[in-house]
Amino acid sequence: MLAESAIISASMPKVLLDWFYVAVFAVVGTLMAVLPLAVVWVLAPRQESPQKNITYESGVLPFGQAWAQFNVRYYLFALIFVVFDVEVIYLYPWAVVFRQLGPVAFVEMLAFLSILLIGLVYAWRKGALEWV
Amino acid sequence: MSWVLELLKAIGLTVVIFTFLAVVTAMIGVYLERKIAGWIQARLGPKHVGPQGLLQTVADTVKLLQKEHITPRRADVLMFNAAPVVVAVAALLDWVVIPFGTLGSRVLIVRDINIGVLYFSAMASITVLGIITAGWSSNNKYALLGGLRSASQLISYELPLALGILWAAMVAGTLSTVGIVEAQIQQGGWFLFTLPPPVGRLGAPFGILAAVTFLVAATAEVNRVPFDLPEAESELVAGYFVEYTGMRFALFQLGEYGEMFGMAALATIMFLGGWAEPHLAPYLWVAVALGTFVVAAVILLTARHSLIIRPILILALLTAAVSLLMSVGIHLPSIVWFLLKLFTLVFFLMWVRWTYPRLRLDQLLNLSWKVLLPLGLLNLLATALVLTLGGR
Amino acid sequence: MGELGVFIILALVTLIPAVVVVTSHNIVRAALSLVPSFLGVTGLYILLQAEFLAGIQVLIYVGAITVLLLFVIMLTEGGTGVRLRQVNEQVPLGAMAAVWLAFVIIVILTRTVWPIGAGSPPPYNAVAIGNAFMTDYVLIFEATSLVLLVSLIGAIVTARGEE
Repeated sequence: MLAESAIISASMPKVLLDWFYVAVFAVVGTLMAVLPLAVVWVLAPRQESPQKNITYESGVLPFGQAWAQFNVRYYLFALIFVVFDVEVIYLYPWAVVFRQLGPVAFVEMLAFLSILLIGLVYAWRKGALEWV
Repeated sequence: MSWVLELLKAIGLTVVIFTFLAVVTAMIGVYLERKIAGWIQARLGPKHVGPQGLLQTVADTVKLLQKEHITPRRADVLMFNAAPVVVAVAALLDWVVIPFGTLGSRVLIVRDINIGVLYFSAMASITVLGIITAGWSSNNKYALLGGLRSASQLISYELPLALGILWAAMVAGTLSTVGIVEAQIQQGGWFLFTLPPPVGRLGAPFGILAAVTFLVAATAEVNRVPFDLPEAESELVAGYFVEYTGMRFALFQLGEYGEMFGMAALATIMFLGGWAEPHLAPYLWVAVALGTFVVAAVILLTARHSLIIRPILILALLTAAVSLLMSVGIHLPSIVWFLLKLFTLVFFLMWVRWTYPRLRLDQLLNLSWKVLLPLGLLNLLATALVLTLGGR
Repeated sequence: MGELGVFIILALVTLIPAVVVVTSHNIVRAALSLVPSFLGVTGLYILLQAEFLAGIQVLIYVGAITVLLLFVIMLTEGGTGVRLRQVNEQVPLGAMAAVWLAFVIIVILTRTVWPIGAGSPPPYNAVAIGNAFMTDYVLIFEATSLVLLVSLIGAIVTARGEE
């Protein structure tokens, strides 16, 4: 576990090397996660029976289709989340340069966030944040 | 062919970190959880398998390895199998940016990615997809509902999580995890209690508020009590992973515990100074050790028969041991400090789990959108104002 | 040479799931195939050393937009795995239009003289982007917040239109 920031591999700049590690992590990690499943495939009994495969509904036989009634509140939460997630994206670069830039950066971000706080208040007042 | 060397190094590190996750977070974490739960509930927890029940999780793993894999009828097989793997791998990927300490001049971290904490936040948001897939592919309307409700909870709490991270990134001036710890070392204090000079200790309320925001959001992100309504074990029979048997269930748990430890590790890095050891004069360390002895004596004399004193006494013993070593001048390696802080935070999270009742889903979402989000934003602005007025 | 190989792999990871998205009969599978496609684009951003954009891509596209799509799909009839009809009478016309469009794009791509930017992206992307936002591009930055506000209000009004 060594930080390679001082030792840049001759063929790759640091950025690519970092994310190369991430890619290897993802692939090898998936393999290692699948490994216990493979062990189970070898070790575990496999006795199919129709009763075992029935979907679980607290002991009674399943009733009706397996989909849920649409309710707009799920969609509204996801939508408001997307907008605020994009706002958070804008906060990241500001946060890292803020201390170097002085009061101007603060005022700019204040303007940005106030406009979005208006949006949050609007959503709140219109009941878009209610679950029930 | 230097990339072959890098490839081998990367594979080796993956195996090490995955083993760390499987052994430390899943096995030891589950054992700790059950023991602490027992003590808080005035019972003993696992004690039969191995000395003090230490091999309990090993036995559980062996049991789960030979349980039958049942796939519900008309479930989408590819997605049903992929969902637990996605959740486990997302938790594993979190650990790429966690620094464990220093060895000489080198930092013990897999890769110090420049956008470290942003990357962590992104990996945490991949878990949501795994949960939705699990809920839908079970072909079970209750699993689907549980999955969607859990997804709503997770996305609602990603915002306060990001705001907590942003606070630390702003004060440190960098997105890199190593950079955040080094900023705390440079200013000589943890972000929890101090802001950079000239604000100093006056910045404690901002740090504490940011840490609380982050920890509450982190608890909700890993579906732990008091935010585990979508997977409530006693009420909804595990919600979105109700149809998962055996090792697939274990993979979900591995993902959940790995992510919980990952969030605690990030909180340690951002607010508790990571691997840095606290700077106290030797006489203060002696005072801490003596104070701990006094507290332990008082507890032993007054509450000897209560089981809850066991974890408290263990913590007191640890504190006393560490303080004595520090007062003599023996410096513990940085990785020990990191693990100490990590496990203290994890103990705190587990304590919260077995103390508070579950929040209802609408209370949970109100807490996130109407309390934590405005508080997080205002805290960010207030800290920015204070730092600007203080002259950066 | 290695870079070309990686690029080809990433291009395949981006394009093959994209084909699945467009042609699959199962709408949930189509939506979930977007995820490897987005991850392929993430890889392409990393090849260009635009790290910050790669992080944002995963955070927003995989973490938010796919979730939004899945919510909508799973809460409507499509959640039962309704089979979509993928062909209709207009296939020949559509195929001709697609081929012609591809031809035009290839001609444009090969005939344009692409200016090569000097150097590579700054190593600390977030710092550079932050500096740019706060100094050169402030107006655009503030306008973006207005765009976000308008989209938020519009979405709420549209979704709750029945009230």
